[in-house]
Amino acid sequence: MLETFLFFLFAIVAVVGALGMLIARNPVSSALWMIMTLFSIACLYITLNAEFIGVIQVLVYAGAIMVLFLFVIMLLNLESMPSLGDLDWRKVVAFALGIAVLAQLLVVISLKLDVMPEPVAIAEAADATSATNIGIALLTEHSFSLEIIGVLLLAATVGAVMLAKKRFV
Amino acid sequence: MELALNWYLSLSAVLFVIGVLGVLLRRNAIVIFLSIELMLNAANLALVAFSQTFGDVNGQVLVFFVMSVAAAEVAVGLAIIIALFRNKETVNVNEINLFRG
Repeated sequence: MLETFLFFLFAIVAVVGALGMLIARNPVSSALWMIMTLFSIACLYITLNAEFIGVIQVLVYAGAIMVLFLFVIMLLNLESMPSLGDLDWRKVVAFALGIAVLAQLLVVISLKLDVMPEPVAIAEAADATSATNIGIALLTEHSFSLEIIGVLLLAATVGAVMLAKKRFV
Repeated sequence: MELALNWYLSLSAVLFVIGVLGVLLRRNAIVIFLSIELMLNAANLALVAFSQTFGDVNGQVLVFFVMSVAAAEVAVGLAIIIALFRNKETVNVNEINLFRG
């Protein structure tokens, strides 16, 4: 009961934040609405018993990535652009495409395909996916991918500095 | 899991479509980039819901990797936006047409 209530509470907050991001005029407001969405998704992870991913979501997304976005928006000193503007046929087509994608996804979700394994009990799943087990999986089975991610982050840092330098482009 | 998996997947689909609409409707490069992040988050939500339903740790490991790659992507993407703004003085993607001469 409580779980259902919390799911719908955070789901509504997440969707409202996403819609606010979509229709806000100012990019700063867009980024702030997005932070609301990211926080409620982190709360959803925690209600799903995925504490590790929830904490990482707050630290990496709501903390680091969104601060980077706000920093760049303020650095560029943007004037507000018209958010959606007047309706023309391109926007109508784009909206229809979005609704088509949503309908497609919902139809696929509602199909009863016999490809899923058996669901397991909540306590068992929470134990199997605890932070300890994620760490063990990361450092044994997926250790090579972890190293590659380290190299990728280094390359991205160097690339970002190079791209943002004055005489590069 | 008490709550049906389908509710989480539906929420994920709705968030993904809002991200798609953001990319299609908005003309501000930074808002388009935020919408891409929203789509990545929707996919992550579906992955975590599956992982918790079936008690499989690999789903959450994949989410961890997606977040790392998203962090790298944001750093490079925002640097590209800064470089574009320096050349063109705008972030409106309709006015940025480098290949049209």
